[in-house]
Amino acid sequence: MEVLKIATAGSVDDGKSTLIGRILYDTKSLTTDKLEAIEKTSKQRGYDYLDFSLATDGLVAEREQGITIDVAHIYFSTKKKSYIIADTPGHVEYTRNMVTGASTSQASIILIDARKGVIEQTNRHFFINNLLRIKDVVVAINKMDLVDYSEEVYNKIKADFEELMSKRDYQDQKITFIPVSALKGDNVVNKSEKMPWYAGEALLEHLEKIDKADIFNIGTPRFPVQYVIRPKTEDFHDYRGYAGKVYGGNLSVGDDIVVLPSQTKSKIKDIYFYDEKYETASRRSSVTITLENDINVSRGDMIVKADDLPTIEKQFTANVCWMDSTQLTPGGKYVVQHGINKVLAKVDKINHKINPDYSGIDSDVSGLGVNDIASVSFKLNKPIFYDQFKNHRTNGSFILIDPQSNNTVGAGFIQ
Amino acid sequence: MNTMNKDTSHINSLENEAIYIMREVAAQFEKPVLLFSGGKDSITLVRLAVKAFYPAKIPFPLMHIDTGHNFPETIEFRDRLVKELGLDLIIRNVQDSIDQGKVKEESGKYASRNQLQTTTLLDAIEEFKFDACIGGARRDEEKARAKERIFSVRDDFGQWDEKNQRPELFDMLNGDIEHGQNVRVFPISNWTELDVWSYIEKENIEIPSIYFAHTRATFLRDGLIWSADDEVVFREEDEEVLERIVRFRTVGDMSCTAAVLSEAADIATVVQEIRESTISERGARIDDKRSEAAMEKRKQQGYF
Repeated sequence: MEVLKIATAGSVDDGKSTLIGRILYDTKSLTTDKLEAIEKTSKQRGYDYLDFSLATDGLVAEREQGITIDVAHIYFSTKKKSYIIADTPGHVEYTRNMVTGASTSQASIILIDARKGVIEQTNRHFFINNLLRIKDVVVAINKMDLVDYSEEVYNKIKADFEELMSKRDYQDQKITFIPVSALKGDNVVNKSEKMPWYAGEALLEHLEKIDKADIFNIGTPRFPVQYVIRPKTEDFHDYRGYAGKVYGGNLSVGDDIVVLPSQTKSKIKDIYFYDEKYETASRRSSVTITLENDINVSRGDMIVKADDLPTIEKQFTANVCWMDSTQLTPGGKYVVQHGINKVLAKVDKINHKINPDYSGIDSDVSGLGVNDIASVSFKLNKPIFYDQFKNHRTNGSFILIDPQSNNTVGAGFIQ
Repeated sequence: MNTMNKDTSHINSLENEAIYIMREVAAQFEKPVLLFSGGKDSITLVRLAVKAFYPAKIPFPLMHIDTGHNFPETIEFRDRLVKELGLDLIIRNVQDSIDQGKVKEESGKYASRNQLQTTTLLDAIEEFKFDACIGGARRDEEKARAKERIFSVRDDFGQWDEKNQRPELFDMLNGDIEHGQNVRVFPISNWTELDVWSYIEKENIEIPSIYFAHTRATFLRDGLIWSADDEVVFREEDEEVLERIVRFRTVGDMSCTAAVLSEAADIATVVQEIRESTISERGARIDDKRSEAAMEKRKQQGYF
């Protein structure tokens, strides 16, 4: 069974939590005790319907304010797939959570309130989905029950959204429009009879058909060494295993490899997963590799195929999403965590700020504030081994850490 | 030799993710510890740690915060597992915290030592200067846990600031902390209860016998089935003791873990039962029901 991770985005009151609650309810994923708790609270509040948003809004502060303020993970499964939904908040000030949720997702749902249509927030959500190169995006036009299930309203919103699509960077992104009512359950899990003009699938039907093989950007194999395993026991006296996760593509026994940064050449001798040997390590597997030659490899080094090297540089330019209340300014010093590798970095130049509502760029920038997205050039104290984000989702991305607070203050996508 | 096909199967991808997290803990921290309760989730963690570092030994100790009210079967199991795998085990007792006057034993009908564990845990973290504590919490267990990070920073007082969490992007884990802080690490964050059980079945992992159907002296309260052990679990005189065939779905402190009626005597039947169950796992944990926001409050105070 496959797992599909989906990020959701919408503005306050677009009904995102209700949509997720509805999916859980209609797929019978809510347990009896959870359902009872929802019924009880809905009744206490005097609602004449079940408030499914109660299934996901976890934190006390959220329940008090009636809004979602952090990324919540929700799990359910059908006969075909296991799903993880990263429910990310939609307020302007929480762009960082949206980027966070989307960074590990393969598909996403953007919610639009049918009464409001495409608003500034929608632009922002779509921009982030495009920036993070999410391959499969569903535009769920919600609250169709409140616009009399009108085809005209749906078409107008679709046309407005298509105008946005013409401006996007990543044109291969697949976009699917679905008119829904989360509250009433139309076109969520079951196809609605109230919108005979809509020929497409219900939301879950669409998600079930997403082919995961299509979604992952398959590139070339990159193997960042996470941990060196040296048992120093009698049975494994000379054993030196390099533990890590394979990114991008497969690695096989006998492959000619190069260890970065030393550029030492060797061959893959054995691939272990626990106590079993394998011929090939497939991508995203956490294996242990041994090499033919006895060479010095440590954490932060990267093993790659000899005929396919990444860029090895002490500087790069990236689109950065800034997530902290402190300002990013030219000359500022940060730790770049690229995968598992950490290097010191200095902001060389903020090239321009990108308005996430597709209203263009702003070249006259002195600093970045929380939720700003900008093209930034960095200088590093030692080289990293990277690919462009558009070619390699994992090896082309990084996080920024403030060495003073140790907080994760930004995310970047290498250009 | 076989070719791996690990990226399409759900349980394999969870296993790969958890192994990756275990290795990040060993690499990024100086004094990590694996918090071991004897329950299925922490047993699963041990299995994942063994796999992550094979053929080397797990490079950190296990620690059990013993409430003194554990099921005897759990303690027996714990000691055997540690011996078989040659692991280091640290035990710290809630009883000691009570004797030292640091916490006060609860009394009355719902008395439990579950909450008292927090003090003992925080003291032990300080005693050993642990900078990372690996735990078996899962995001599907409870609403407040759904927002928990994989690396979750705690301040000097062990407190969780849920509104000020570090964003976690891609699979990059930022374990940078200041002296005195520590990180709670949750390698099986993305697993569901069913995933854990399926993994136990697939890997043929041994678990304490109380997870399987057995005959037990029990009594009923608030629609839940409790172990009739008068030394640990408060019982009213009119709460009648009956022998029932039960098993435990979750194993915590005896005073707050209820049994379920079940004839599932082997792992395959247990997995089947979980698959068909309509009650959530924590539905049998009285500590969460105290108030709607119970778990979040306990977490802010440093509970696991």
